[in-house]
Amino acid sequence: MSAVLAYGLAGAALIAIGLYALIVRRHLLRKILAMNVVGNGVFLVLVALAKRSAVPDPVPHAMVLTGIVVAVSATALALALAVRVRDATGQATLDERRGTAAEAGRGRDAPG
Amino acid sequence: MIGLADLALLPWVVALPLGGAVLSFVLRTRAPFVGLVTALATAAAGLLLAAQVLAAGVQRHLVGGWGAPLGIDLQADGLSALMVAMTAVVGLGVSVYGSAYFAGGNEDTAHQRAYFWPLWLLLWTALNALFVTADAFNAYVTLELLGLSAVALVALAATPAALTGAMRYLLVGLLGSLLYLLGVGLLYGAAATLDLQQLAQAPLSGRVAAVALAAITAGLVLKTALFPFHFWLPPAHASAPAPVSAVLSALVVKASFYLLLRFWFFVAPELASAVLTTGLGLLGAAAVLWGGLRALTAERLKLVVAYSTVAQIGYLFLVFPLGLGQPEGFTAWGGAALLVLAHATAKAAMFLSAGVILKAAAHDGVSGIDGTAQALPVTIFAFALAGVSLIGLPPTGGFAAKWLLLNSALASGQWWWALVLIAGSLLAAAYTFRVLAHAFTRLPGDPPPCVRSRRLEWSALALAATALALGFVATDVLELLRVGAPVQGPVLMERAP
Repeated sequence: MSAVLAYGLAGAALIAIGLYALIVRRHLLRKILAMNVVGNGVFLVLVALAKRSAVPDPVPHAMVLTGIVVAVSATALALALAVRVRDATGQATLDERRGTAAEAGRGRDAPG
Repeated sequence: MIGLADLALLPWVVALPLGGAVLSFVLRTRAPFVGLVTALATAAAGLLLAAQVLAAGVQRHLVGGWGAPLGIDLQADGLSALMVAMTAVVGLGVSVYGSAYFAGGNEDTAHQRAYFWPLWLLLWTALNALFVTADAFNAYVTLELLGLSAVALVALAATPAALTGAMRYLLVGLLGSLLYLLGVGLLYGAAATLDLQQLAQAPLSGRVAAVALAAITAGLVLKTALFPFHFWLPPAHASAPAPVSAVLSALVVKASFYLLLRFWFFVAPELASAVLTTGLGLLGAAAVLWGGLRALTAERLKLVVAYSTVAQIGYLFLVFPLGLGQPEGFTAWGGAALLVLAHATAKAAMFLSAGVILKAAAHDGVSGIDGTAQALPVTIFAFALAGVSLIGLPPTGGFAAKWLLLNSALASGQWWWALVLIAGSLLAAAYTFRVLAHAFTRLPGDPPPCVRSRRLEWSALALAATALALGFVATDVLELLRVGAPVQGPVLMERAP
């Protein structure tokens, strides 16, 4: 039970870390990575759930496998979209105030 | 109809749009034709399914003959059938509109035309699959399919605003689905099944089930854009191409709301507490007021319509305090279902007519549409008719829905929710008339020249007319909703002495 609990707590910690970074970090690449950390935390919780019996339960494993496929395709779409956002606005963040200020010609030079 | 009960329609409402999506992607130059044919077939299958459920009761299909808990089942009760039928009607209207909206010679529209159809049909597939799935994990997969195709559709507009809107939409949507997945995983840990019917029969109690439902609710509320999690909706819905905005506002937000209903009314009503129902109701009330105020002050026409969606979503959440755990909850249940349908048709009509108006307008601000009523009488009529349903004036579907909710609030002694309904209707009237006042402002000289397309104008009007007609067929809709309904009671409640 202690191993299950350790994996479950690690999963919960990953979800918390990812959620924090998703909200606080501004760069899109960091947000996408944070999303993947949240996803891996969820998967870890599911894998821990599967290991509660002596013979591991295959259903959560199947859910995690499907979840990984979904996460890969979602990450691909997010990365492609992030590139388009950077090409269109000149910045890889969702900060709209800077974007509109730059469009109006009042913008400061965007750092980095 | 002979043999209606024997038709296996459930797999077809998913397979038809999926096949069409693949075919329209392969046959890129023929995409509009393939898309329209698929839309007709899918809509027919969806409406037939509704007729079948009405005639023969709850339908269940075991995919591959496996059956739960090993296989994934499809099931349609009254609520599912209504949602599929709603998607059929709105989807058909949007498809006809889309076939004309993306017509034209330049490279941008050719690109949009080529990718609109596969993505839109995939989105339709995801919607139908979500509405008829009987498996909590399969619902996660359809939720992700829905989110990814919706984001790609928003990005079709390719403007900086649309791309950042799509990016924010994607991140919020992914977070919402992951929270939902976490909840479903925990629920499996508590009940050892993923089948929604078996989950409903399992005795759910204790901390694990409560945390699971909390995670599911948080994820779905985020995806439904309930206040204060609505921040992503207006930029995404307002910057997408018009047919995409219509689909997002009319159908996509309803998908996650449908799952909320599924989980709270069917799977775990015993876990609902007064704190939860009142809390969701209060957030809904805040959404009605905040969305209405922002719609009233928004600068751009499509933002007005998008904030109106935020407000209308708020109404839907009144079903939790009015219907959940109430012995005679059917009045609120019917009111909420009718409002889902009325808002879907009216909001689709509103976004579609906004798309036509903006093609003729001077700029995308509300004041930019001055004088368009002279040039586009049919479209402005469609916009006004949709507005009448959103306000809830008789005899529209919006009126029937709000009447039921109002009756339920007063008869169950929760009169304060009635105040929310009335305040929201006043705000809806204000923002609708603000737009119409600009449209009817007469400009000096001839009306501005504009490209008029019958298909664009009449498909918007047809959807607005459907919102109106809903008021006349409300009793049939409620009869369908009774099939497998989780709450009972009369349609209109008597006031308790």
